[in-house]
Amino acid sequence: MSRALSWLLGGRTPLATHLLLAPASFWLLFLLVIPALGLIVLSFATNGPYGTIVWEFGFHNYARAFDPKYLPVLLRTFAFAAATTVLCLLIGYPVAYYLSFRAGRWRNIMLVGLMVPFWSSCLVAYYSWMIVLGKEGLINANLIRFGFLSEPIGFLYTPFAILLGLVYFYLPFAVLPLYASLDKVPRSVVEAAYDLGAGRWTAFRKVTLPLSLPGVVAACLLTFIPCLGDFLTVEILGGPRYYLLGNLISNQFMMAQDWPFGSALTSLLLAGLVGGLWLYQRWEKA
Amino acid sequence: MPEDALLEVTTLNKAFGTSTVLHDVSLTVRKGEFMTLLGPSGCGKTTTLRIIAGFESPDGGRVRLSGVDVTDVPSYERDVHTVFQHYALFPHLSVADNIAFGMRMDKVPEAEIRTRVPEALSMVKLSGFEARRIQSLSGGQMQRVALARAIAGRPAVLLLDEPLGALDLKLRKEMQLELKGLQKRLGIAFIYVTHDQEEAMTMSDRIAVFNHGRIEQVGTPGEIYEMPKTSFVADFIGGANIFSATVLAGAEGRARLMLEGEHELDVPLDPYESLPAVGKRVKIAIRPERVKVFYKDELPFGLIRFEATLKDTVFLGDACQIYLQMFKKAPERLTIAWAGGDRYAVHDDLDVPVIAAVQPEDVYILEEDHD
Repeated sequence: MSRALSWLLGGRTPLATHLLLAPASFWLLFLLVIPALGLIVLSFATNGPYGTIVWEFGFHNYARAFDPKYLPVLLRTFAFAAATTVLCLLIGYPVAYYLSFRAGRWRNIMLVGLMVPFWSSCLVAYYSWMIVLGKEGLINANLIRFGFLSEPIGFLYTPFAILLGLVYFYLPFAVLPLYASLDKVPRSVVEAAYDLGAGRWTAFRKVTLPLSLPGVVAACLLTFIPCLGDFLTVEILGGPRYYLLGNLISNQFMMAQDWPFGSALTSLLLAGLVGGLWLYQRWEKA
Repeated sequence: MPEDALLEVTTLNKAFGTSTVLHDVSLTVRKGEFMTLLGPSGCGKTTTLRIIAGFESPDGGRVRLSGVDVTDVPSYERDVHTVFQHYALFPHLSVADNIAFGMRMDKVPEAEIRTRVPEALSMVKLSGFEARRIQSLSGGQMQRVALARAIAGRPAVLLLDEPLGALDLKLRKEMQLELKGLQKRLGIAFIYVTHDQEEAMTMSDRIAVFNHGRIEQVGTPGEIYEMPKTSFVADFIGGANIFSATVLAGAEGRARLMLEGEHELDVPLDPYESLPAVGKRVKIAIRPERVKVFYKDELPFGLIRFEATLKDTVFLGDACQIYLQMFKKAPERLTIAWAGGDRYAVHDDLDVPVIAAVQPEDVYILEEDHD
């Protein structure tokens, strides 16, 4: 940021630095900064008939966004994001701990295994979950076959299915930063705790856990934030009843053809995230 | 087991994968003793320390502390504390909380901790540092905090794993004397791991010299230096000239040797040395500073003399090194002598004939090496 600023102000950064930064700068400029600015401009425009855009500017889209009828969507979105984050931490921390402290020579293979879900599109993964969870799916069919059930259970299109999908997809985003921070905890410091009389659990609570907190924070951010904007999970596994903020936004672009309102919602989400991160950084520095 | 023995390890064996790192290591540490485990890297000294601390378990052998077998007792229940090589302080805790950590684990009342933390800090000359953050300390200060943390809980034995390794030379010298003084004041037994022979000589009551996973010799610094048992000990501590010799005859505490097939010498045996068999090949060691160099044949009576050629002289400030060629048949063999610090004692002419002389009792017959 300061580099970019000094460049804009004609600061004395060597030419080589500019050249090396050029690809990344262009990438960010054309694929992030300009579209984001366009989005903000669009959010002040007016929606015309048949999804056309009328260039009359005002705050009406923002006023609409604060309509109380959207409040349940917002609360539901936060609830799902928070639940996903907590579950990812609860599942991810032991996994990361095992990988870092116990896996030994299997560690790299396991890390690769953790990345496997990324190699397929999450669309494919979610359709696979439909096959597993559906009324005639793997679970129901087998439970009925072995006589545990007489009627299939409707797993799909429930909060359970949404949470499962979200946790499934975002778990690696939690495990990797947790693993990185646990791996940085010096083993000799943990040994020092044992040496001074701390048992395994106490040493973990007093030393390993506090030293891995940066990873916990990173894991929270990396799961919570993308969860806020997720729409595909609900679209496929959740059905329309559990409509989240991401669905509300995507519907404005895809179905309602109301781009200005969609842009206003996106801008608000963006502003909320940036504001939240800014507050967090201030708190961290204090 | 001697009566004042505090820690006893017997026939420790340990292998990591296919490489054996300890062969039958046995050692006894007495109450209040400063014992140094000395050896080159990879010799097994740190593994021995980690087994005593309880971080590793031996494949064979026992560890007894105050007469109790603690081999299978986890490290957090052993009455030993460790000062780690890179300090291993808790970076998220203040200096005071670092020092109080062990006492809190031992459920020492907070009121007592409040008096013992400043006490420990004053012992390492860091009074007033209680509230400081670890990241704000220099290397030397971290070292002192690590020491204070380890002694605050008053363990029976303190283990130190090259604690001065990361400090610069001047600070290291200072800390050596300070550590030694602290150890005497506290009366805690110290087991100190180092690869620095000078450090070992400065601080230790006794030194155990390690090589390839075995203890080559245990003794006071004086014994180790004056009566090295093996060529490794002779060479690792202080440096020594090591020659091969054949035993010609031996009787009543003396042996007659043929040195490199050229010089015959008659040397007394140390009390613990057994008489070597006649005809056996042995190694002998001569300390460089025990060799005297004469430019004229005017030797005092009773010295063993070698005719030699002066090959090189090096002035080191506090000492001079003189390289001599001592054997005609092995011309590449050079011996080294230290001659005080008087550079004017050193001849400028090279390749001149000189006489090297040594007292018979300064020639040590060494035991056979393990490998």
